[in-house]
Amino acid sequence: MAKVTLDGIRKVYPNGFEAVKPSSFDIPDGEFVVLVGPSGCGKSTLLRMIAGLEDISEGALSIGDRVVNDVDPADRNIAMVFQNYALYPHMTVAKNMGYGLKNRGVSKAEIERKVAEAAEMLDLSALLDRRPSQLSGGQRQRVAMGRAIVRNPDLFLFDEPLSNLDAKLRNQMRIEIRALQRRLGVTAIYVTHDQVEAMTMADRIIVLNGGVIEQIGTPTEIYENPASTFVAGFMGAPPMNLLKAKVNGAGTAEVTEGLSFPAPAGASGDVLVGIRPEDLEIAEDGDMQMEVKIVEELGANRLLHGDLGGQEFSVSVPKQQEVTEGQIALRIKSGEPHVFDANSGRRL
Amino acid sequence: MIDITTATPNAATITPKRRFKWNVALDHLVLIVGSLFMILPVLLAFTTASHDAVTIHREGLQLKMGDQLGVNFQKAMFEKGGFTDTVDGMRMLTNSFILGIGFAVGKIIIGMMAAYAIVYFRLRFASFAFWIIFTTLLLPLEVRILPSYEVIQGLGLTNTYTGLIVPLIASATATFFFRQFFRSVPEELVEASRIDGAGPVKFFIDILVPLSRTMIAAMFIIMFVFGWNQYLWPTLITTEESFFTLVRGIKQIVISYTDAQIPEHGQALALAFVAIVPPVLVVIFFQSWFVKGLTESDK
Amino acid sequence: MKRAGFTNRWLPVLLLVPQLIIIAVFFYWPAGYAIQSSFYLQDPFGFGSTFVGLENYTDLLSASEYRKVAWFTVIFTLLVTFFSLALSLLLAVKADNILRGAKTYRTLLMWVYAVAPPVAGFIGIMMFDQSTGPISNFFKSLGWDFTLGVNYFDTASAMVIVSVWKQVPVNFIFFLSGLQSIPRSVREAALIDNRSGMGRFWDVTFPLLAPTGFFLLIINITYSLFDTFGVVDTLVKGEPGNNPMTLVYKVYVDGFRGNDLGGSSAQSVILMVLVLALTIFQFRLVERRIHYT
Repeated sequence: MAKVTLDGIRKVYPNGFEAVKPSSFDIPDGEFVVLVGPSGCGKSTLLRMIAGLEDISEGALSIGDRVVNDVDPADRNIAMVFQNYALYPHMTVAKNMGYGLKNRGVSKAEIERKVAEAAEMLDLSALLDRRPSQLSGGQRQRVAMGRAIVRNPDLFLFDEPLSNLDAKLRNQMRIEIRALQRRLGVTAIYVTHDQVEAMTMADRIIVLNGGVIEQIGTPTEIYENPASTFVAGFMGAPPMNLLKAKVNGAGTAEVTEGLSFPAPAGASGDVLVGIRPEDLEIAEDGDMQMEVKIVEELGANRLLHGDLGGQEFSVSVPKQQEVTEGQIALRIKSGEPHVFDANSGRRL
Repeated sequence: MIDITTATPNAATITPKRRFKWNVALDHLVLIVGSLFMILPVLLAFTTASHDAVTIHREGLQLKMGDQLGVNFQKAMFEKGGFTDTVDGMRMLTNSFILGIGFAVGKIIIGMMAAYAIVYFRLRFASFAFWIIFTTLLLPLEVRILPSYEVIQGLGLTNTYTGLIVPLIASATATFFFRQFFRSVPEELVEASRIDGAGPVKFFIDILVPLSRTMIAAMFIIMFVFGWNQYLWPTLITTEESFFTLVRGIKQIVISYTDAQIPEHGQALALAFVAIVPPVLVVIFFQSWFVKGLTESDK
Repeated sequence: MKRAGFTNRWLPVLLLVPQLIIIAVFFYWPAGYAIQSSFYLQDPFGFGSTFVGLENYTDLLSASEYRKVAWFTVIFTLLVTFFSLALSLLLAVKADNILRGAKTYRTLLMWVYAVAPPVAGFIGIMMFDQSTGPISNFFKSLGWDFTLGVNYFDTASAMVIVSVWKQVPVNFIFFLSGLQSIPRSVREAALIDNRSGMGRFWDVTFPLLAPTGFFLLIINITYSLFDTFGVVDTLVKGEPGNNPMTLVYKVYVDGFRGNDLGGSSAQSVILMVLVLALTIFQFRLVERRIHYT
């Protein structure tokens, strides 16, 4: 078990493409960190650099107190779970799990004991003599987990491990992985493009976009105080509404005449006003007039899509509230609207 | 929470040392030696073909280019009576193309037709036909060479293009290959085209053949090279020189080589080089198709 | 058979007929003829033939010359198969390792596929020429007086070397495509599990290449037995004499030089049985264990 430190880590490919811009962060011992972002944002590259599967172009990476830039993957004492599991097709489940230990000179009896223990934990005991081709997707996933666990690594690395599972299994494994990591207390870095996985599993989330870290924070911090319009739009479903506005002389952000929001001190020029659909409610005396065009039934609540001050806008209302298409009045139920600089996208 | 903009002071100072990768250098070394092993013999044949017979006879293969290249090629290609009495290199080159292309085209057409019948029709004797055809994969021509020759001779097909090409087609490699490919074509395609009113002939011509274009190209390359390089069968079946292919002609070269006082090395190598170039160019230029055809034909 | 096959009655027959006719005339007839003639002794001047039962076979199997050729064929096949597989596996692994120039190396290593065996043999004659050949000169400098076509062992060595040279490209192509079909993540998992490159190769890469390897084993045996005809024929310069020869070459020599239809046919039948056995062996292996997915 160990803390992980990234210090100015950068990845430039030989063709000049900068996949990861210089990034620094610390992961304390035992923390579960999720790297999240759209595809091509550099999250997998970052993970693969930590694993040692990809050379680090610049910067220093430490696991524990050791700089591991030039250390072989096999010597970093890490374990990785791959997206397609990457099980050895010619080895049995037991051999798959024990292979790494065998190469580190662990005795046969010890390997057997550890494999049995991990198999017990993951409900794989009956499958130890099978080949991967004889297993279902969920079982393969567990074997991949087992292979990671038996090594007693300092660090778990997960590369979108749930994306090949069906929705039900995915929810179940999400909880299981989290519980397992808590129990073992091993530091974990988990890569996903799914913001729900990020929100539900992480102690801390790192949001990446275009090779740049947009924000680091707990799920709550990320949700409540998104640092940029990108984070605001990426995290949370349905995404946050972003209204174009101008800061006027009175220091308020004006969307149209008669529709303005308080702006923080120092804001000026073009801004974006962000309001989460679930932070609004219908109220007869509300000062925001919205025209509802489509009503989406989601079961527990309804999503209203329409037009506010000439811009697209969505509102989430509880299922008890009857709504028809047409004009409604809204007001902000909780929290303050978020205001972002329109050019940089940063929070003001 | 960590502020991501302030890196710890030593961040910039640690850049990984550019390690010289010995193992990568070793990989390249092995590959270069391997490439030389493949190339040098043919390269030597080419450079030597640019010298006159006496030089070669005295000093052996030449790595440097000489000044007789044009002369040797000219003689080998356009003069009769070098190694043969009545044909020049051009005639043999033409015959090689006839054999290579005729064999490839014949095999592809016949193979596609048979594969189509086997895969897409409800046939009572389908599995019987299948086994009849695929048993031929087991026995190469070389094994049944003498009886084959006797049969062709009995049919009076020696020294004809038919006798040269058709017996070579009597093995089901192309049929097998297209059968595999047709089976991988989605089932829905037949269903959709039947709903669109296409009969079996229309489906074959409008859908299946265009869909098989890459496969046909791959097969063509492999079969062309295979046909071009045939040696034993042409040696037996063509005794008249006007039917000689380049590869068949190698035998004449070898024989004259052992008989002559100062053999015409330069011309011999020039002719050998001409025999090598067309199939090699085909393989190099259509490499991806070729590799695809080769590696997928066995599955 | 496709689920939604056409039910037309005459079209499929029409489509099959060309293939079936060609096969009947040029495959089954000769094959049957071979089996039949193997039981007959033909008059050397072409005046009919006598049924002799298994005599052609017993004559063959008791002939020391035939056994010598058979032994040579076995050893030749083993050597060619082993060296061409080993060499191409080494090259394929290296070509698969490197990132830069991989395509160029692939081209450089595979084009010899298109060189006809007798042409390869002819180049071999030049390379191994007793007085001027660069390879025989090299051997001479090592104290090995190499005489192609005179010394049995020397001629055999040249046959093996030329045959290996000609076969490396095919094996290389198959091994490389086999290597490239191993999922990248499986190799990366191995990278995390095992620090030794050799260990990774033998534990993970090699077993995963086994299906390709078994397939190539059969291909190479078949190649050594049959397709090396052109190499053998040119290297002995059409003069078998006391030179080494393979079984297929002997079929040809006895049949066309010796005009021994019965004996040659009996040899053909023996080879047919051999190929059949190989094929069955291959199918059983494929069935048994070498598919992981």
